[in-house]
Amino acid sequence: MLLSVENLVVKYGNIQALHGISFQVAKGEIVTLIGANGAGKTTSLYSITRLPPPESPRVVGGDILYEGESILKTPPDKVVKDLKLALVPEGRHIFGNLTVMENLILGTYSREKGTDFSEEYQRIFDLFPRLEERKHQRSESLSGGEQQMLAVGRALMTGCNFLLLDEPSMGLAPVLKYELFRTLKKLNEEGMTILLIEQNANLALHLAHRGYVLDTGEIVAQGTADELLANPELKKAYLGG
Amino acid sequence: MSTASLIQNIINALQWGSFYALIALGYTMVYGVLVLINFAHGDIFMIGAYVAFFAATFILSTLGLPGWAALALTIPITMIVTSLVGVSIERIAYRPLRRKGAHRLYVVITALMCGLILENGNLALLGASRKAFPSLISEHVYTIGGVSFTNLKIAVIVTAFICFFILHWIVTKTKVGMAMRAISYDKFAVPLMGIPIDNIIVVTFVLGSSFAALAGLLFAMSYPILEPYMGALIGWKAFIAAVVGGIGDIRGAFIGGFLLGAVEIMVVAFFPSTYRDLIAFTVLLVILSFKPTGLFGIAKTTKI
Repeated sequence: MLLSVENLVVKYGNIQALHGISFQVAKGEIVTLIGANGAGKTTSLYSITRLPPPESPRVVGGDILYEGESILKTPPDKVVKDLKLALVPEGRHIFGNLTVMENLILGTYSREKGTDFSEEYQRIFDLFPRLEERKHQRSESLSGGEQQMLAVGRALMTGCNFLLLDEPSMGLAPVLKYELFRTLKKLNEEGMTILLIEQNANLALHLAHRGYVLDTGEIVAQGTADELLANPELKKAYLGG
Repeated sequence: MSTASLIQNIINALQWGSFYALIALGYTMVYGVLVLINFAHGDIFMIGAYVAFFAATFILSTLGLPGWAALALTIPITMIVTSLVGVSIERIAYRPLRRKGAHRLYVVITALMCGLILENGNLALLGASRKAFPSLISEHVYTIGGVSFTNLKIAVIVTAFICFFILHWIVTKTKVGMAMRAISYDKFAVPLMGIPIDNIIVVTFVLGSSFAALAGLLFAMSYPILEPYMGALIGWKAFIAAVVGGIGDIRGAFIGGFLLGAVEIMVVAFFPSTYRDLIAFTVLLVILSFKPTGLFGIAKTTKI
């Protein structure tokens, strides 16, 4: 297993947010975490990326293994630099005071100095042509959808081979939403491992190979995407009948 | 006022403003990155002057080198040692609070205390007697068309401009500079780019402290009397200059420094010198009441 979360228990202050959850992601897979608000999806991603408190939780039990080794002591910048694992956070969190290009350049911060990244920038612009048109614009001035593309593009520029996405379709127009999911599928076919959180469970399960259903900090169901799509209880709770 | 005396006053204002500008850059950078008003920064300027004093005296008396060589050695030594002091304060005082997620107020109070510790530590170690800074280069007075200036004055102004352009280049063109700006906008997302935040903060303190060190060295050369509280008032004034310029913006700090310098010099040119601070601060107050975010500050845009 590329990533293995084992009996993870985390807390924000005194409030327990995850009550010992376990899930795995194999290399080359698309796995999705489904659940209502407050189920612990974002918390799981923050734990994996080792972001520091106060935004993210404190791990009090269990372990997170990456290629079999615990990463609980790995600082967040090393998660990106050494493990090649990048998060596209919910709410985009682009650097609005920098231009589109500067945002992408910052993505390469931890990579070998003096490398020529021009082909990779071009690849981002091929994926999201809108970004190329606006590359010298302050990224604050982009529309919500364009900012989301920038957030994905910026994560890809870290040279990651494992992409974590938190509600990437939030606030996107339907056309853009499908465009983004097609892009994710294409990236996966090129070898990218993906862990996806998505409020649109239906859409997510149509993209993913496997899924886990979280409810108030615990995993209540898991299986292949087809199994989950066929599960009558889930259908009722998350897939809208 | 004749043209000659106007130009004379402008040169004086530029030289006097250079000190404020150099110190204000440090205030504004730290504020941009940490949203922290580093009240110890004025005392870092004082530390710079003292480090320069000890370095220069040692090199002149013990090594017996000529003045120009002593200056050439004193500059890097002062910058390095003062940076170490600045970074140590960050490490010992600010970082633990940041780790615990302390409220900004506590960090600002900590900064004030660090400043007082530096001042009174100096007093305890070296006593209340003033130190006379040795003369490193011979001052030449040039007079052109009734305007007189010294090589030292020109050096002060040139240094301030060089520092500003270097800093501007770093902030706009390098990845470290971009990271500094990124932190000021969204600190949460910075580690997600593989950027070690603490390293960027250290770079910020190194840059700010070394500019303050240069200001301290040049100040000591220009007004060669050192005392432990020399950084307090000039630090406050530089901070006000940074706020008037728009704190968080390096152009603002730079312009604000020169603006304050110019107002002070011009006041003295027309009024008794005891009116200097009264009128200077009144002018700044008026500017702020019309533009509360400072000259370059815009609510939540490019910081640093």
